[in-house]
Amino acid sequence: MGAATEPAIRRSGRAALVLLLCAVLAFGAVSLVHEATRDEVAAAGRARELARFDEVMRGLRYDNDLLADTILVHDAELLGSSGPVTAYRARLAQQPVAVILAPVARNGYSGPIELLVAIAPDGKLLGVRVTAHRETPGLGDGIETRKSAWIESFTGRWLGSPSLQRWKVRKDGGDFDQFTGATVTPRAIVSAVANALAYFERHRDELLAPASTMPP
Amino acid sequence: MTPSEIFRAGLRDQNPGLVQLLGLCPLLAVTTSLGSGLGLGLATLAVLAASNVLVSLVGRALPAEIRIAVFVLLIAALVTSVELALAAWLPGLHAALGIFLPLIVTNCLVLARAEAFASRQPAGAALLDGVAMGSGFLLVLVALGSIREVLGRGSLGGDLQLLFGGHGAHGGIHLFGEQHGFLLALLPPGAFILLGLMLAVRQAVRARATAATPQAAMPPEPVGRAQA
Repeated sequence: MGAATEPAIRRSGRAALVLLLCAVLAFGAVSLVHEATRDEVAAAGRARELARFDEVMRGLRYDNDLLADTILVHDAELLGSSGPVTAYRARLAQQPVAVILAPVARNGYSGPIELLVAIAPDGKLLGVRVTAHRETPGLGDGIETRKSAWIESFTGRWLGSPSLQRWKVRKDGGDFDQFTGATVTPRAIVSAVANALAYFERHRDELLAPASTMPP
Repeated sequence: MTPSEIFRAGLRDQNPGLVQLLGLCPLLAVTTSLGSGLGLGLATLAVLAASNVLVSLVGRALPAEIRIAVFVLLIAALVTSVELALAAWLPGLHAALGIFLPLIVTNCLVLARAEAFASRQPAGAALLDGVAMGSGFLLVLVALGSIREVLGRGSLGGDLQLLFGGHGAHGGIHLFGEQHGFLLALLPPGAFILLGLMLAVRQAVRARATAATPQAAMPPEPVGRAQA
């Protein structure tokens, strides 16, 4: 019996070694590819973010490094995320021209809706965009610019226009349209945008303060 | 097998999408447009061709116990490399394909060809088989993607800039506005129905061909294996 099991053990050992060797080789190959593509992947990520910011700011001009001029802000109630979120500041000749917040509307119809909100220093909305959502196709997805221009109705609004109690969809007695068959989605976004504006009003000085580490 | 037999099998007689019904999960999930179908098809084709060659080179030298494990390892390394390359150079396509790009690892088509064909064939034949099967899969993805895009969005090739660069969000052919699209075509149930119709058309064509030439030696219909 001992004579029969020993070659089996040796066979398994050899198989394990071959498997280990293959794993090391595959790991090495993937590491090389990762190393070779690392810079391009990071650059593509930055380009995508900047393109999104340009869109939400409607092409507003700025001359600072938007992705570096950031602060971490934290307000679970008004921004919808339990963790800290990054606020980006756009400046032209050192003067702030916009703050971009990324609030989350937590009461979407099917899960949270992630937003980008660009606010001018005077508290007016430059633009709002949805960056990620799982709302019902054909009903709740009118929040995408591809499907409808609804999201543009925020541009130029602030907490005084309409007045705070009218920051609701029409069905709730507010000033914002809902879609046919979908009230929950616009309601969630309207309240998330109003909350983001409220956050901006409360923390305006902090958000607009000069960057602590200005590049020379 | 001769090259022409390999290609006839991959494109027609054993087409992965229409006959073997392998890789249905990405097939149905991703094909909401011509652009994303073409993108996933090309990525799958590249992985399949490369994995077939590697498997053919190492397959016979491996102990039987770990053969499948090594194949999976190889395929995973290839898919990760393709994913990183797309993230670096075609970030738009990478974002559009989302989770279905890394999930090529689990596409049964890749492992099935590795085990059933490539591990017993020379590298050249394995490469041809990978290209043939990959092309067969690609054609079905492109056909289904085109039909769904036309029905659901009223356009064709509207997001081809994902593959070929450029920033024109309104490329391609426009037939009618997206708001008039047939929404079902874009949803997974619509994909199932349309794939079913494509299968029916294929069967009808095949039945007619058999009836027209009763003496011709039609290759036996392989047993379809439905796997997600």
